[in-house]
Order: sequence, then structure tokens, then C-alpha cells
Amino acid sequence: MKHLLSISDLSKSQAITILNTAEELARASDGPMKKLPTLRGRTIVNLFAEDSTRTRISFEAAAKRLSADVINFSAKGSSVSKGESLKDTAQTLQAMGADAVIIRHSASGAAARLAENRWMSGAVINAGDGTHEHPSQALLDAFTIRRHLAHGREDLAGLHIAIVGDVLHSRVARSNVLLLTKLGAKVTLVAPPTLLPVGVESWPVTVSYDFDAVIESVDAVMMLRIQLERMSEMFFPNAREYSRYFGLNSDRLRRMKPTAIVMHPGPMNRGLEITADSADSARSVIVEQVTNGVSVRMAILYLLLAGVPESEGVIA
Amino acid sequence: MSLALPAPDMARAITRISHEILERNSGSETITLLGIPTRGAHLAARIAANIEAIEGRAVQHGTLDITLHRDDLRTRPPRALMPTVIPSLGVEGRNVVLVDDVLFSGRTIRAALDALGEIGRPQTVQLAVLVDRGHRELPIRADYVGKNLPTSQNQVVRVQFTELDGIDLVSIEEGAPL
Repeated sequence: MKHLLSISDLSKSQAITILNTAEELARASDGPMKKLPTLRGRTIVNLFAEDSTRTRISFEAAAKRLSADVINFSAKGSSVSKGESLKDTAQTLQAMGADAVIIRHSASGAAARLAENRWMSGAVINAGDGTHEHPSQALLDAFTIRRHLAHGREDLAGLHIAIVGDVLHSRVARSNVLLLTKLGAKVTLVAPPTLLPVGVESWPVTVSYDFDAVIESVDAVMMLRIQLERMSEMFFPNAREYSRYFGLNSDRLRRMKPTAIVMHPGPMNRGLEITADSADSARSVIVEQVTNGVSVRMAILYLLLAGVPESEGVIA
Repeated sequence: MSLALPAPDMARAITRISHEILERNSGSETITLLGIPTRGAHLAARIAANIEAIEGRAVQHGTLDITLHRDDLRTRPPRALMPTVIPSLGVEGRNVVLVDDVLFSGRTIRAALDALGEIGRPQTVQLAVLVDRGHRELPIRADYVGKNLPTSQNQVVRVQFTELDGIDLVSIEEGAPL
């Protein structure tokens, strides 16, 4: 594995290796070994052409705990905002000797384009491309679910997970569907028909328009953010109606299984897809997801960068 | 393949190491045994069991994974990480005994010293190995040695434990000629 572009590139055993590695790294960073020398001398570039706080900071923290040097490159205030192409940006990063680029971009497929065109020799890690995928988020979600609910098993067989909300625009949902089903979980998507993508019937999931019918049988609910910036097209009549039918509130919270957990990739719209008391309840693992994100991203960086550098991929 | 240490000899060597550790440290109270995975961890568990049998009380023991501190990471594909389990009293001020199966170049032990330094400051660090096969590349020596085995560079020393391999055995195999 040279890049991390999509969950579909990972085999089940590779995904489990990432989760197991993250488990050991989490133990190392829980303890006194906060900083590890493993990636000393490597340069990692955070190329964020779209806004992000937790993903960028999480990758930066992960890289720094492994002693890599981190260069932050955001679109605002860089030549990207002057219209520089991805190719020129990539070649600049190559010339600066970047060993890995973590890219977030509003265009689906941007990370794959960077990886496949050999504009640069380093590893490419997809930190979210348009409405396509966000693999590191899915891995940290699977890691969090496994820690709470798998009881020492390596995969997620037998668990039932509901992904609720704006599946249409959600790269988090796409990556999670691929990963959770790969790990043996049953996934149910819960959303109004307008927020489900075309072709969803070919996905390995069940679909429900009725949150109340699903809530009692799931082991975890993953609430998706309503992306207000993409909501100009009237996908639902109004926010109050959406909350009533598809929001997580204290009534639905009470009806969940005693062991079930509540997840949200953040940032949350409190009061829209999730009420404040649900987000802060004892079932909520939302803050823990952020902590786990650092361990999972350390595992990704370790597995992609610590080994022998691959000679292929250099600009021809 | 030549047989270097059959099961009874291996058991005697481990028993002797256990006694030597106790003698040097005047008992088991201040000792923390840390095995280096994979086989060093099994060896540490055996030594701990011996010491507990001799002293009649529990001894602090755990494992220390050194993968993240290796100096040869860039020359191989990424390795899986193994568990690090530091026993309850930690390493601060303790007499830490690092335990590994084979002492060869000394690079594993160097990495272990780095890893240990991240965790705390032991009073002393000692080294116990089942086999010392020579060919050191760093100024490192063991305090407790099960058996010194003269080998050539291209031979492979193979240590097997019942827990992992179904048999207790140390053997020397001819590797690829240099």
C-alpha cells in the first residue's frame, strides 16, 4: 500500500492491520511515550484546499507524535487561491521533498489524480475529496465502534449500525458504508429520499425512511451533519421538520439498546440533526472519536511511511 | 540444521538465569522484567514464573515493543506493532531486566534502551538473553546468558517455544551463503 485514497483499495485484512496498529499506538500515547522517533526526518504536507479543523489538526498531531516535520498548506493565502493548478502545486511540493501529502479538496477524485499522475513521488492520503470519500474518518469510526462493541473481536461481525442524515453529500457515509460492511457489520441508511444518492439500491446496505423503526435495533447510530452550505436546493421543507423525523433527540436516545453508542463525525449542528442533550449524553462517543482519530492517523502514517520507500512513482 | 539446545537444557538455562537475576538483585522486590516481543516476551514470562516459584511471590513483568524505535525501519516493509505492557509499578527507579531470545548485532537492545528512556528512568538496566551468538555491531553485552553459541554471520539461530511453536528448542540453521 503506497497511498490511502479510498476504502475500496483496502482489503479486510489491511483494514484490520490499520486498526490493530492504531490500538498499539493509542496505548503508546496513553502512556508516558507521547513522542515517538519513528518518522524523524520525514516531511508531511497538509494540503487543505477546503476548510477543516479537526481533520487537519488531527493529522498534524499524529505526524508530530511520530516526529515528522509538518508543513501546513491551506488554500487561503496560498497560490491555490491565485488559480494555481493541482499539478503545479504538486510539483512544487515534490521539489520541496515532501514524503507524503495529505489532501482535502472540494473536487471528488482530487487525491486520486494527485496519486496517479506521478507529479510527485510521495504518498498521497485522501483527507476528503468532494462528496466521494473520507477514508481516515471511516477508519477512526470503525476503530471507535470496535473498541466499544466488538468485545475483543478483530472485525465488526454481527453489529448493526445506522447512518442517519445527508447521505447524498456525505463522503463520510460513503467511506463508512464500504468499511463497515467490509468488516462484517450490517448498515442501515436512514434519510429522506431526497438526501439519498442515485443508485443507493446497489450499495450493500438497507435503506429506511423511518428512524423510529430502526432506532431500537441498532448498536450504533452515526449522525451525519446537515451541510447547510449545500442546502440551497430544498432537500427538505424546513429544519424543524427534519429534526422531528431524522434528528436524534432524548426520546429516541431512551429507546436505544442499553449498550448502543452515539457517533457524529463533527462539526455538529446542535439542535438540527442532534439535540444538545443527545450529543452530551453518556452514550455519546463523539469526543472520543476525535481522540481515536489521532491514533488511527498515526497508524496510517506509520504504515505508509515507516517502511522502505518505494522507488516507483517518481516523475518519469 | 544442528541442535544447539534441546528442551531440558533450555529449561535448565532459564532456571539458572532466574537464579542469577535474583542473586544479583538480592531478591525479586526491585526487579521489573520486560520481554521484547515476540519470543523475548515468552522468555520473560517463563523467567517470571520461575522467580515466583522460588520466591513465593509475584514479580513485576511485562513487554516492551521496540518497533517504533528501530534504526532499520526504512530498509524493510512496515512491521506490525506488538503490545507494550508496562507493569503497575512502572520503570522509574526499578531494576529493569530486558529479556530477549537471541543477542546478535545489539541493535534491538539499543532500540529497547531508547524505548525504555521514553517511559522513565530505571535505577539500572540489565540484559538477559537465552542465546548470545556474537557478531556485535554496538558496544552492548548481556548480564545473563543462557548459552554462548559461536556462529557464522550467515547462519540463523532459531529459538522455539512450546507456546508458539509447539516445541522448546534452539537450533542453528545454515542460511543463504554470503
